[in-house]
Amino acid sequence: MNRYRQLRECSRSVVMVVVAWLFCVGTLVSAQTKNSCLDCHSNLPEPLGVSVETYSQNIHAAKGLTCAACHGGDASNDDPEKAMSRAAGWKGKIERKQIPELCASCHSDAERMKKYNPGLRVDQFQQYKTSVHGMKWAKGDTRVAVCTDCHGVHDLRAPSDPRSNVHPTNIATTCSRCHADAEYMKPYGIGTDQFTNYEQSVHHDAMVVRGDLSAPTCTTCHGNHGATPPGVANVTNVCSNCHVFQAQLFQTSPHKDAFAAMGFPGCVTCHSNHAIKHPTDEMVGTGAQAVCIRCHAEGDAGFAQARAMHDQLENLQSAFSASEEILGRAERQGMEVSQPMLQQAQAKDALLKARVTVHAFSDSELKRDTDAGLAVTRQTHIAGEQALEEWKFRQVGLGLSLFMIALTLVGLGFYIRNLERK
Amino acid sequence: MSSVPDVGVTDPSAPPDLPRRRLVNILLGTGLLASAAAFLYPIVRYLVPPKLPDLGGDAVLAARISELKPNTAKTFRFGTRPGLLIETASGEYRAMSATCTHLGCTVQYRPDLREIWCACHNGMYDLNGRNISGPPPRPLEAFEVQVRGDEIFVRRKQEA
Amino acid sequence: MASPLTSVRAWVDERFHLDEFKTLAQKKKVPIHRYSYWYFLGGMTLFLFGVQILTGALLLLYYRPGADEAFESVQLIMTQVQFGWLIRSVHSWSANLLVFMVFAHMFSVLFLKSYRKPRELTWVSGMLLLFLMLGFGFSGYLLPWNTLSYFATKVGTEIPAQIPIIGHPTLLFLRGGEEITGSTLTRLFGFHVAILPAIATLLIVVHVALIQYFGMSVPPRIETEWQANPAARREIRFFPNFVLRELMAWYVALGLLGALAALFPWSLGVKADPFGSAPAGIKPEWYFLFMFQTLKLIPAKILGMDGEMLGILAFGVIGAAALLLPFLDREKPFNTRHWISGFACVFLGYMVAMTVYGWVAK
Repeated sequence: MNRYRQLRECSRSVVMVVVAWLFCVGTLVSAQTKNSCLDCHSNLPEPLGVSVETYSQNIHAAKGLTCAACHGGDASNDDPEKAMSRAAGWKGKIERKQIPELCASCHSDAERMKKYNPGLRVDQFQQYKTSVHGMKWAKGDTRVAVCTDCHGVHDLRAPSDPRSNVHPTNIATTCSRCHADAEYMKPYGIGTDQFTNYEQSVHHDAMVVRGDLSAPTCTTCHGNHGATPPGVANVTNVCSNCHVFQAQLFQTSPHKDAFAAMGFPGCVTCHSNHAIKHPTDEMVGTGAQAVCIRCHAEGDAGFAQARAMHDQLENLQSAFSASEEILGRAERQGMEVSQPMLQQAQAKDALLKARVTVHAFSDSELKRDTDAGLAVTRQTHIAGEQALEEWKFRQVGLGLSLFMIALTLVGLGFYIRNLERK
Repeated sequence: MSSVPDVGVTDPSAPPDLPRRRLVNILLGTGLLASAAAFLYPIVRYLVPPKLPDLGGDAVLAARISELKPNTAKTFRFGTRPGLLIETASGEYRAMSATCTHLGCTVQYRPDLREIWCACHNGMYDLNGRNISGPPPRPLEAFEVQVRGDEIFVRRKQEA
Repeated sequence: MASPLTSVRAWVDERFHLDEFKTLAQKKKVPIHRYSYWYFLGGMTLFLFGVQILTGALLLLYYRPGADEAFESVQLIMTQVQFGWLIRSVHSWSANLLVFMVFAHMFSVLFLKSYRKPRELTWVSGMLLLFLMLGFGFSGYLLPWNTLSYFATKVGTEIPAQIPIIGHPTLLFLRGGEEITGSTLTRLFGFHVAILPAIATLLIVVHVALIQYFGMSVPPRIETEWQANPAARREIRFFPNFVLRELMAWYVALGLLGALAALFPWSLGVKADPFGSAPAGIKPEWYFLFMFQTLKLIPAKILGMDGEMLGILAFGVIGAAALLLPFLDREKPFNTRHWISGFACVFLGYMVAMTVYGWVAK
């Protein structure tokens, strides 16, 4: 009997504590801006539940906006009837097809956005309408991406936040959620290997592995709000934003008109669009891994040029390596070769430059760069040879000197012995 | 104090030099002379100065006046790194480090643009070395130029 | 009959009456016993010091002290000057051999008890010379102005700074300022080529003169043996017998130096960048390693006092004791001789162990 009373009192105190705690939490949350919606909805299960923690990540919450900003209703009222009344403008769950216009109701309003961040663009919706996603949405397709699919909804973070789905390091993953799903993409008839390919690319490596945020991701070439694959004629324009020299050389090269006539997509023809691997010297030429032989065959002018260009690059590369090797050997033997090693940097520069000049697709152009590099490597190699010669000279000198010293020692030894024999 | 005869005293009444003795003397003499020569030869060579322009303080002889024309430049060695000496179109000399502040490639002067350009990633610097376009994050270190006679010397900027 | 040599000698004799020196020289004897080989070490040290003077003077013809030029001038010597690599490498190798030799000479004298009366001042002058050689090593090390030397000097000058009261003034004195700058280079250069050589020359003259005056010491054990059996006593003349043998040793050393210079030329390194960070695992030259490693291992606090400072003071005390060693060797109140040998043995072992440890430790 006592025990039952004890249990009741105990559980009563527990309940009081819990209620008090909830009250505190509730007041804490609404201490910034009262958001009565969260008070209940943070305790509800999916799909109605939005935890306090989730919503606190939202950049809108940080700017003082409540759930009512999108869902309507009255967030200052604790009474669910009054908070979620149609009279207060409550919209309930927002339908997918309503989302773009809902977001645009603020984000396309320059006057309104100025108050929060005057630097923010206000043409996202306009751009969206030109995109493939936007155009399909306009026709009633509810499976295409809308604002929340990429940006998130209740935990919507600023794009500069590394945890945001649209932070540069995460964009490819976000796009792949649909675009790598073969089942989902079936009605659209486009491939779903882009993400897998991108993961093998040098751009992915730069962005994700080396952390270079300026490296391209899906949106860099395709656009973000106005997402459209660049047209065949426009691909070069996109790549040339960063790869200036290669594009300039390409424009003046015989390939420009030839590719246009064949309907080839510029840079993508040789380098691929998503699986852009790190180019090697083997890509140029007539070898098994060369891209040139995809079009050029033995006997045509292009084939000869390709072979010539490959040979030139290979010459310079092996000359550079040979110089590195001999200078390394000299250095390990203790010779001072810092000056020619410094010069090697010039040869390296020439090699890098030559690999860009390839895009002029003219072996005479390329020759100018490789010859400059070879002039340097010739000098550095000679320096290396001289260093090794000097080393040999020193060893010979040492040997002779030691021999003479040994001679003297023997002489001294005998002299002493003779001296002391008496 | 010693009862043993002094060691090493040659007895003047000893028989004349044995052939072996002469051999030893010759051996010793040759050895001494030869090793002395091997010792002195490098020292004598060392005393002769190498043919090099005098450093004259911490300045480096970058070029002669005759080597440059207006709106041209020359890359020279400055310490362990390359330097760039430019004669501007108006005849002024400018010198700066030729190591691009982006990833270390050697920059060059572009007479057509009248600016300094890095071929690796299209970085641009103005004639004062300030980075004006492209990836370079910092300006090129500027050096002091001194013209003595027909020689152009370059050295690090001195603190005031 | 009148060979050129004889006529020159006659000419000199008419003027300089060198007979007295000749007689003195011919009288000088070297005792021969099973420890006689240790007698070579002193001459070897002198020889190596002579090599340093010669190569050092030659280096002076091309070296430029000054933060802007020092490294470049050494680079010039190593790459452009004919046989510059040889002179510089011999100088560096000989420096290391010299320090080793001076320690070996000191320890051999200690264990053979040559510091006993009447040779106390010979020991003191020799000990001072040892400290000077370490000073030569320390000051010379900075002169190429490369990364290793810059940071080794930085670490090395911070250690005496720990000594209370005189520590900071010592640091300022050594560095020519608060930090290692071109002023430090100028100052240490001045020590290395002028001040230390002047003092060293004086001390060497004193040291050698005292040795000539007192003659070669015989270890106590041998002395006892010879007193028991006078017939066993053996001596050879200094001129020419011992000198010829010493010449052989010097030739061997010369050959060794040449081989080291040709096979293991001294590296140039990278020019010092005061704003760069110290390379990982920076440590001083091997002859300071035992002190450096000891200070690294000492706990931060011993009995409430700063550990490092206590370590430095301990080394100071040992140095002072070493300097005044002959005066610590007494028979009253108790015979200290074996204690001295024992302690020296332990300390030698400690030095070797710490040097090896410091060398292999990261």
